[in-house]
Amino acid sequence: MSKVLEGLKYSESHEWVSVEGDIACVGVSDFAQEELGDITYVDLPDVDDEVKAGEEFGAIESVKASSDLNSPVSGVIVEINEDLADSPEKVNEDPYGSWIIKVKMSDPSELDALMDAAAYKTFTE
Amino acid sequence: MDEAQLKKTCLYDRHVALGAKMSPFGGFIMPIQYSGIIAEHTAVRTAVGMFDVSHMGEIFVSGPDAEAFVNHIFTNDIRPMEPGQILYGMMCYPDGGTVDDLLVYKQSQGWDYLLVVNAANIDKDYQWIMDNSKGFDVKIENASEEWGQVAVQGPLAEKTVVDVLRLDAAKELTFYTFVDTQWNGSPLILSRTGYTGEDGFEVYAPHESIRLIWDRLLVNDVVPCGLGCRDTLRFEAGLPLYGDELSSEISPVMAGFKMFCKFEKDQFIGKEALVEQKDNGTPRRLVGIELHDKAIPRAGYPVELEDGSQVGVVTTGYHSISLDRSLCFAMVDSQYGKLGTPLWIRIRKKVFPGEVVKKRFYQTNYKK
Repeated sequence: MSKVLEGLKYSESHEWVSVEGDIACVGVSDFAQEELGDITYVDLPDVDDEVKAGEEFGAIESVKASSDLNSPVSGVIVEINEDLADSPEKVNEDPYGSWIIKVKMSDPSELDALMDAAAYKTFTE
Repeated sequence: MDEAQLKKTCLYDRHVALGAKMSPFGGFIMPIQYSGIIAEHTAVRTAVGMFDVSHMGEIFVSGPDAEAFVNHIFTNDIRPMEPGQILYGMMCYPDGGTVDDLLVYKQSQGWDYLLVVNAANIDKDYQWIMDNSKGFDVKIENASEEWGQVAVQGPLAEKTVVDVLRLDAAKELTFYTFVDTQWNGSPLILSRTGYTGEDGFEVYAPHESIRLIWDRLLVNDVVPCGLGCRDTLRFEAGLPLYGDELSSEISPVMAGFKMFCKFEKDQFIGKEALVEQKDNGTPRRLVGIELHDKAIPRAGYPVELEDGSQVGVVTTGYHSISLDRSLCFAMVDSQYGKLGTPLWIRIRKKVFPGEVVKKRFYQTNYKK
């Protein structure tokens, strides 16, 4: 049974979002990292890239497969987690501690379209 | 394929009980990984792991014309073989395309030859073998359903097979030799072969024995390994997978395996086409490519020149677990196949530079 953290928002493509002010921190869920298996590469975007809700911003790769990363919100990337370039396995070890990008949101109301922890738990069962 | 039509090996219940991730492969539902591909891969490189390879096919051939017949359908030359030897090679179509790659065992289980073929190709191969046997005095039996197979691979494989399975004959076997023996009252074939680049054995036995062998290895801490790491291991060792690096479209010559085609033989199916390919070259050939970046090339990604024109396609690619390098096999226009040629691979929206390198990425550790 994969872990779902209370207080986060979740997308159908298995990204999580935590919000501080107008900044959204985005990572992938425990369910996603379990499905992927050993993660060997995170294809990170650049700071200042624009992202749109539901659109691809990068990719996460396990030994076997590559999976798109989709941004749950629209805005501009203000920070990327450079640690993951050298240590992608951190996503396996601590998926909720391993944020991938921080986005300055242009439309925080998009958060309402995401699932809360209870809904995501049902979604992944 | 419909999930319900997938075949199960005699170890299916074990895989499920171990919590393996199961996935279709070659018409079977097979374990892809148990603990994780990296841990399993590393176990085989540094200690010992075991694979359920019961999906592989076993086809026996005997008769007055057995040697002539097998040599007719096989690219390699079996005439110099001694009993107890194993030879790798291909069966080809008249146009040189590959029907399958396989192992030929000389004199096993009272038969003249045993042909071990890929799971996905068992029915196709059996039909091909039958169709081409006309005029030869041979009998042929597809015994794939009766035999299970476990591969025990890694530097501790010999010790494991001797200590845990009491198969002392393992000590006498060198790479690509085998012995018929008895185990628990049933026949068993012990073969010093594998598909990992490490020393190891492939154990063929009836289903009941295979289940006992698997259980005994498991309680003795042999790491169960899935097809996920079987692929990363064989890839590093430069070994082809039928369907990716060999196919009806990719001949052994195109794939760089002409050492397994014996052109001095009078004839074999596909010889004329393969000789022509060897002498005049082929439009495309299989190469190894290393990227100067951590990005991972995957099957189907385009191989390009600096100007963006496509000159090939990736067949298998990984970030190599043992070597920590981003590597792939690719079919490319032959003029770009020389070692050191700069090539680029398009990965999603970006293009990454690399160069042609030798296909055997990993230094193999066979017991010669």
